[in-house]
Amino acid sequence: MKLTRRDLMVMSAAGFAVTALPAFASLTDDEIAKITGGAEMGEGGITLTAPEIAENGNTVPIEVSAPGATMIAVFADGNPVPNVATFKFGALNPSQSASTRMRLAGTQDVIAIAQMADGSFHKASANVKVTIGGCGG
Amino acid sequence: MRITSGLMIATILAAGSVSAQDDNTLSVEGETMISTTDAPSHMENVGTIYSGWHFRSSETQALQTDDFDNPGMIFVDQAIDEWDVVDGSAGKACASCHEDVAAFEGLRTQLPRVDDGQLVTMENLINECRTDRMGAEAWKYSGTDMTGMTALISLQSRGLPMNVAIDGDAADFWEKGKELYYTRVGQLDMACSNCHEDNYGVMIRADHLSQGQTNGFPTYRLKNDKLNSMHGRFKGCMANIRATPYKEGGDEFKALELYLASRGNGLSVESPSVRN
Amino acid sequence: MASGVKPRVKVPKKAAAGETITIKTLISHKMESGQHKDGDGNVIPRSIINRFTADFNGENVIDVTLEPAISTNPYFQFEAVVPEEGEFQFTWYDDDGSVYETAKKISVS
Repeated sequence: MKLTRRDLMVMSAAGFAVTALPAFASLTDDEIAKITGGAEMGEGGITLTAPEIAENGNTVPIEVSAPGATMIAVFADGNPVPNVATFKFGALNPSQSASTRMRLAGTQDVIAIAQMADGSFHKASANVKVTIGGCGG
Repeated sequence: MRITSGLMIATILAAGSVSAQDDNTLSVEGETMISTTDAPSHMENVGTIYSGWHFRSSETQALQTDDFDNPGMIFVDQAIDEWDVVDGSAGKACASCHEDVAAFEGLRTQLPRVDDGQLVTMENLINECRTDRMGAEAWKYSGTDMTGMTALISLQSRGLPMNVAIDGDAADFWEKGKELYYTRVGQLDMACSNCHEDNYGVMIRADHLSQGQTNGFPTYRLKNDKLNSMHGRFKGCMANIRATPYKEGGDEFKALELYLASRGNGLSVESPSVRN
Repeated sequence: MASGVKPRVKVPKKAAAGETITIKTLISHKMESGQHKDGDGNVIPRSIINRFTADFNGENVIDVTLEPAISTNPYFQFEAVVPEEGEFQFTWYDDDGSVYETAKKISVS
């Protein structure tokens, strides 16, 4: 059977084309340290909701929630600039939560750090796969 | 005739998490849409038609259910403002003649249609108004002004089933569109049908192939953060298979638009929809 | 002032005293990240909304610092407690110095 261009394309299309950028992890760690002063971060007490697979890296919906927090900072460890947003909550904010839409340059971890009223820090992270579409991306 | 080569089957099996379209219900602002229905009788190879909404991730699907969350609505807002703007030598705005845009309810379901022997799209009608009656410049076929306005006018028909005519004066145009749909073109030698009829529901790399329905256009694509017109998308599709695209607003794309609209007859207008 | 920048907010018209409501806000803004180059290969400078605040009767509900990773047309959803009748004030600050504002009154039953 003659191997056509189309057959070749079909054969190589088995699976996701997933981009994974070299980890800008140290950049992210530095930015996190600016907030925490290098303090230990506890797990739990903060929820980060993000899709497992982002249909498009341009617009990825996320939600952060940390009851009792004064502030939540969000980072993306594979973006050229890891900082995403910082949310400060006022007294009239009953749930210390917020939703937004963010940009992800490729598959990476989204990290959320909450500062609680007692000054302690808590961390949550989620890995989001960012895919390249088949029809021209 | 559905052609499934051994290689295609191998890909389907190898793709692992291949997922056919889901059977969620689309409800926009509380109104249930017809997003799945029997294929129109003229379609020989497809039994059920599905809106492109069913092929997207749950996060993308959610964006379309609420008019505030729908990012395409910002452009509808801009068009609402534009409706009242005087433009052109006649000193008129859209509002001067048309008063309330709600009067256009139903229009989107019939387009494209034949007027005086010519096949016309919504973009044609809008530009005809602008040049002939407002003395204004025509808008770029897929520019932000035009897509915002076609979104606003199409929105007035949201929920109503598509119902374009394919007989009588439309027959010749429809046949031409059908032929274009099934003709292979480009370096990758593919026809619209190879993806959208033979392989809808299958993953192509990381993209979930839809049936290529047009009931949601103009559509807000996450990929380019804006509303996209039908001809703009046809152009992109052709470029993706490395064919020289036909001209937006030209005879080929208009005929193709008619044929594609007819493949979606029965599906609710969803404009402005949200897709990847 | 960047062109075509328009805020939209969704706030219930009334609430019970002390009730928690959900607020959604959006502003149409390109959010040019500073990562793109133009046709000549020059970097297009960053130009984004860098801060968003929501206040109720002068008291802060939420204060967000935005970075270029926030998507085009920045969207935020959050909750607020409504202790009494009053007005929500929403403010967006642009890199270019512009400030965009909108307000929504809420009545209390």
